[in-house]
Amino acid sequence: MGQVGEFKEGDTILKLEDIHMSFGKVAALSGVNLEVKKGEIHSIIGPNGAGKTVMMNCINGLYRPQKGNIYYKGERVNSLSPHKRAAMGIGRTFQKLELYGGMTVLDNIRMGSHIHLKSGIVSGSIYIGKAKKEELAERKFIEEEIIDLLEIESIRDHVAHMLPYGLQKRVELGRALALRPELILLDEPMAGLNLEEVEDMARFILDINEEKRWRTTCILVEHDMGVVMDISNNVLVLNFGNVIADGPPEEISSNPEVVKAYLGAEDLYITRR
Amino acid sequence: MSGANVEITEDLTIPQLFYSQCKRYGSGKVAMREKEFGIWIPYTWQDYLDNVKYLCLGMVSLGLKRGDKVAMIGDNRPEGIWAEMAAMCAGAIPVWLFQDCMMEEVKYIIDHSDSRFFVGETQEEVDKALAIKPECPKLEYVLWDDPKGMRRYHQEFLMSIKKVQELGRELDRKEPDLFEKMINEGNGQDVCLLFYTSGTTSLPKGALLTHWNMLSMGQSLMAIDPCYDTDDFVSYLPFAWIGEQMMSISCGLQVGYTLNFPEEPETAQQNIREIGPHVMFAAPRLYEGLTRQVQVKYLDSTWTKRKAYEIATKIGYHVAEMMFEKKPVPFHWKILKYFAYLIMQKKLKDHLGMSRLRHCYTGGAAMGPDHFRFFHALGVNLKQIYGQTEIAGISVVHRDGDIKFDTVGTPLPGTEIKISEDGEILSKSPSVFKGYYKNDKATEETLKDGWLHSGDTGFIDDDGHLVVFDRSKDVMILSDDRPFAPQYLESRLKFSPYIQDAWVIGDKRPYVTAVMCIDYSVVGKWADEHKINYTSYPELSQNPAVYDLVRKQIEEANRDLPEPARIRKFLNLFKAFDADDDELTRTSKLRRGFMADRYSDIIEKLYEDTDAVHLDMTITYEDGRTQRIKTDLRIMEVGQ
Repeated sequence: MGQVGEFKEGDTILKLEDIHMSFGKVAALSGVNLEVKKGEIHSIIGPNGAGKTVMMNCINGLYRPQKGNIYYKGERVNSLSPHKRAAMGIGRTFQKLELYGGMTVLDNIRMGSHIHLKSGIVSGSIYIGKAKKEELAERKFIEEEIIDLLEIESIRDHVAHMLPYGLQKRVELGRALALRPELILLDEPMAGLNLEEVEDMARFILDINEEKRWRTTCILVEHDMGVVMDISNNVLVLNFGNVIADGPPEEISSNPEVVKAYLGAEDLYITRR
Repeated sequence: MSGANVEITEDLTIPQLFYSQCKRYGSGKVAMREKEFGIWIPYTWQDYLDNVKYLCLGMVSLGLKRGDKVAMIGDNRPEGIWAEMAAMCAGAIPVWLFQDCMMEEVKYIIDHSDSRFFVGETQEEVDKALAIKPECPKLEYVLWDDPKGMRRYHQEFLMSIKKVQELGRELDRKEPDLFEKMINEGNGQDVCLLFYTSGTTSLPKGALLTHWNMLSMGQSLMAIDPCYDTDDFVSYLPFAWIGEQMMSISCGLQVGYTLNFPEEPETAQQNIREIGPHVMFAAPRLYEGLTRQVQVKYLDSTWTKRKAYEIATKIGYHVAEMMFEKKPVPFHWKILKYFAYLIMQKKLKDHLGMSRLRHCYTGGAAMGPDHFRFFHALGVNLKQIYGQTEIAGISVVHRDGDIKFDTVGTPLPGTEIKISEDGEILSKSPSVFKGYYKNDKATEETLKDGWLHSGDTGFIDDDGHLVVFDRSKDVMILSDDRPFAPQYLESRLKFSPYIQDAWVIGDKRPYVTAVMCIDYSVVGKWADEHKINYTSYPELSQNPAVYDLVRKQIEEANRDLPEPARIRKFLNLFKAFDADDDELTRTSKLRRGFMADRYSDIIEKLYEDTDAVHLDMTITYEDGRTQRIKTDLRIMEVGQ
């Protein structure tokens, strides 16, 4: 995956420079800068409509910003399409589930790693030699690294849209992981989950961030402040398309501007705990 | 090869038996399988031996000594059995804890048993151990086997089983004969297990069981229902339950059948189907769950399938009835039975994982005749057993072809059963335990002249079958002074797929009442079909239509009961009974005394002229968090 040299922990893996994005006359992002270091969890918070999801879409290529530069591992990726960025190692999950509803959990996850399969239609369909080897390795990876990690053994053969919401969220994370991303964009992974599911999900995010096997850099868009403050290395605060703060969680929670813009007079830890 | 292919003597220890079986089967036969990462991974007897040997030596090099206690907790998995066997090989005594034990219980048992080692499965168990360690000074080492989530734990007393096995290999190189020497040192009369009973009434008590207790019990059971070393057994019930120890260790080791471990507890049902075990032992709750599942699937299926099911069950019930009455089954009924097998039973048994089942047992609590008939009508040889931890598992069992569903069968060979003057069931056999650990008073009360006092009442009927009435203190006195077992009524109620649990009240009261717990998934589905909106269990349970549904189920159960035993009033509880709230024991028996205290408001209102009760109480989650609940519950009368 690492096309542009070897990246070490702490190097800048993603850089957004002065990103402008507007829809008609509505400016969704106006001059946003972001620098994400390899190995960190960088959260993006902000009120509804602040431009968080737009930012995600710009990073993975669903939107092309009108102005500004996006560098991934030092390479300018502005003009690359989403699937090319995916091949470079950018995975994502969606705020609203985007699973293949009629397919099984296993098939959904396999779909995520399809991009890495090298064998062609013919050798794949007769299942010999290299194709067989590749498929077995793939199976091992999915079973041992993803299904075991996310604890979804009992549902691997269930049809995705029949599952409870919390499990679907997990499956979506699984599919994103099957891409073997170096950078993963998590768009509100906790939204709509109950307390126990939130705890599980937070643990999974920490696992993929810290476990040696993964060491995946995470960009996390989330409303659950408790989770954000607990697990992030850095937090970026957006308000109406402008960055009003960017720094470690302790700094953010004491920043008067953030409190005013986003959190109002209430305690920053408005969480479910 | 049948039943006991090894001679069981009073001197033989479980490790000695284990060692000789491993030598005998070697790497030519699979001792256990575990489903992991989606595939069944086999371990031969040689693998089994190696893993146990090095784990044992590893623990010895960490300082484990003969007579030490080793606490264990975790799901059923090969490592669990290895750890247990390793401890036994070193002459130490394993102590199993229930996987879902609350912190307080874990602390009590670890401290009371003087455990020096703790073997957990993964981060969850390690966290429990870390939390209690400061208060349990005798605990020295905490071992784990699954590295998941363990990357930030660096305490010196924490060690992976793999690492301990490394230490074991080192010790083996230095002292190659040590392992065999330790095994040979043991004697059959030594204590091999310290087993904490779940206790419906008080703090858990630790029962001391010897090798001879365990092995003689297994031998007796295998003498009547032989198993073969080609058999498969699925181990998925908690190791901390004596029934599982009995099947996995006492019987499994003697016979040499293959133990199969499911991938996760949630996949157990699916995994059982994949294996198709030959023998099965489970608590009634499991069979009740299966019955409910079948009934719900039946309601869900197409017309033709429903008809096939109806015809086949009708035949099945008729044939089962003839067999219960020990009448010969006429030829044409045999043909019909085969027809029923072809059109339905074969398929259904396959779905339930019961295609190859020769014997299956239920025990630990009472099971209603309805469930019993249901399985026999399917052609499943379900038998009741009776026993307790203190007798190393079971003492009484049904024999093939001699099944009466209101009894628990006849005593095992070598077991004597008698009824004391006040109706208590007493038993005597080589499997009767040595006593309770550090509790002489309880030992004296339970063990008198070698007779085990069970605390259960019952009688022996004309056919020599034992009838267990109920826990003595659980028997109700009805308004007409007649004694009555609430469990009988409860199991009748639970035959309805909509009812998950029921608690019948009525001791020395003017009439009988019940607190019902609906089955969330089944009633939820029913509600969906009837366009009833709900968001949660509490809301669904209080829905008037659901009340009507439950009332119909009660009326059904009330039928052909004597007037005073009929349920007059009931209410739906806002939650299901839960062991975490101390409402059930870990083996799913109702703790009536506790419930009567906890829900005293409800009981009071059930006997007043009112149609609602206000409740304000606290419930506990598994991780110890509590939540306060305030709610109003409706009370409904049942038409007579």
